[in-house]
Amino acid sequence: MSRLLRRPEVFGAGLVLLGALADWRLGAVLALWFGAWWLNAQLAAGRGAATRYVVPVLFGVALLILWEVVVRLWDVPLVILPAPSDIWAKITTSTHLLWADFHQTFIKGALPGYAMGCAAGIAVGILADRYGFLRRGLLPVGNFMAALPIVGTAPIFVMWFGFGWQSKSAVVFTMVFFPVLVNTVAGLRATSAQQRDLMATYAASHATTLWKLKLPAAMPFVFNGLKIASTLALIGAIVAEFFGSPIVGMGFRISTSVGQLALDMVWAEIAVAAVAGSLFYGAVALGERWVTFWHPSQRGRN
Amino acid sequence: MRNLVPILTVVAVIIGIWYAACIPMNIHGTVNLARQHGFEAQPEGRRARLQTGAFQLVAMNPQAIPFVWSEEKPRLPAPHQVVAELGASTFGFAPTDKRSLVFHAWATLSATFVGFLIGTLAGIALAVGIVHNRAMDMSVMPWAIASQTIPILAIAPMIIVVLASVGLTGLLPKAVISAYLSFFPVVVGMVKGLRSPDGMQLDLLKTYSASQAETFFKLRLPASMPYLFASLKIGAAASLVGAIVGELPSGGGEGLGARLLAGTYFGQTIQIWAALFMAAIVAAAVVAVLNAAERVTLRRMGMAQ
Repeated sequence: MSRLLRRPEVFGAGLVLLGALADWRLGAVLALWFGAWWLNAQLAAGRGAATRYVVPVLFGVALLILWEVVVRLWDVPLVILPAPSDIWAKITTSTHLLWADFHQTFIKGALPGYAMGCAAGIAVGILADRYGFLRRGLLPVGNFMAALPIVGTAPIFVMWFGFGWQSKSAVVFTMVFFPVLVNTVAGLRATSAQQRDLMATYAASHATTLWKLKLPAAMPFVFNGLKIASTLALIGAIVAEFFGSPIVGMGFRISTSVGQLALDMVWAEIAVAAVAGSLFYGAVALGERWVTFWHPSQRGRN
Repeated sequence: MRNLVPILTVVAVIIGIWYAACIPMNIHGTVNLARQHGFEAQPEGRRARLQTGAFQLVAMNPQAIPFVWSEEKPRLPAPHQVVAELGASTFGFAPTDKRSLVFHAWATLSATFVGFLIGTLAGIALAVGIVHNRAMDMSVMPWAIASQTIPILAIAPMIIVVLASVGLTGLLPKAVISAYLSFFPVVVGMVKGLRSPDGMQLDLLKTYSASQAETFFKLRLPASMPYLFASLKIGAAASLVGAIVGELPSGGGEGLGARLLAGTYFGQTIQIWAALFMAAIVAAAVVAVLNAAERVTLRRMGMAQ
């Protein structure tokens, strides 16, 4: 057993040596990588509660350090790959610009489109559930549309609604509508015959059944749709700005900075987009936990 | 097939709304060309017409209505115009001609396919590693999940430009984006799939004293197939979007994305819609192929519902 355990370390050390023979920088990078990996393997073998958070964080930090070291040691030019420290410096020196872009793209463009698209998707989903004919017709069409590259409609919406945030909201609306619709329809059908029979014995009206049984039962599905839509919303708003925008916005900044080869700015915007996307998703997930606390997937996590 | 009538009804309603929407959308353009069509525009002067609402303009120029469905550069082309353009640019030129939509669709599809293949294989490999190595699982998995909430597509233009600056152009940069986009869905789905055998099944293999490789090939891999196909479909759709967006910075190059952008530059709305429909057809074809592969595979494994 101990020999088995030692093997990967011997393998790693051998690679480091070989790398060092070829180029000391390669050796250093490999040593860093295997060192961090070895530390992580040791930590992961332990069963403390903290390891669940420490190990991934350590891995992320190791990747960042590796990125920094590679860029510094090989003198990678800024126009190919800026180091994390360069990107951080850019973020701290241009917070105003980044905030303005974030405000234009996320708060003015993505959020209204997301809210309207999700509301419309849920509303049409409820309608489709009420009328079986509509459901049978709309569900296959919706499923088909959800798989299409809807971002492609961006140039059309920019042509119709102008360069402002309205066209971005329209793109986001179209992108989030179908996933939310499909999930809502699936969720509203997630009640068992027994539950529906119970409502029938109570002589519950269609509205009461919808409100007290079907909608609550649909919530896990609806939130699944909302979570998918939350990542689509930011993508839609950013890509729509590639087709035309005022001189502010994350998509605008990315496309113009790429043109100027100011890659540190591009990475700064990407960092902002990543944080915004994760927080948005996290917020929806929090809402899910709050609304569907009764669902098995939420229980046992307290 | 009992769904056929409802589906056709819904599609018919959508097409009806589309035709109806053409009237207010295109009326300004049509009335501005009234002389060509042989009638007098109602409010004199472009400025006055610009300030008139679309529906009011329709009411004032009822004789313009037949022309809104046949404009050369309409704001909203009618469905039959799009289909005609689609047919003309698909069958009207040789597939190697730059004016042929098949040429552009193939440029996008080939990049998508190469990227999708790389991304899927890498994703499966990483998933196998994650399932068998605790350290890998704990370090990589949270990031793989978190990365799905990040709008990765935003880096597409940068990848294109950076790879072009080191001399890589054409199919490969687009394939890199496609691979990147299909990679994480496959990792997440495949890890779920490889972990789907329950304790009893794993215990059974243990009583057979099956090795890790045997457990993998005889239990984990077959059990993961439904999950693999589900994530393949997500990954394929994402790859196609990635390839299309990756074609945007290349300007007048080849591919459906370049076609979209060129249409935007020259106001060729019918061309944009035709490219969009072509993208939809390609996406539908890819998903249909994956569906067929899924059905055949699951049936051969006796897992079909």
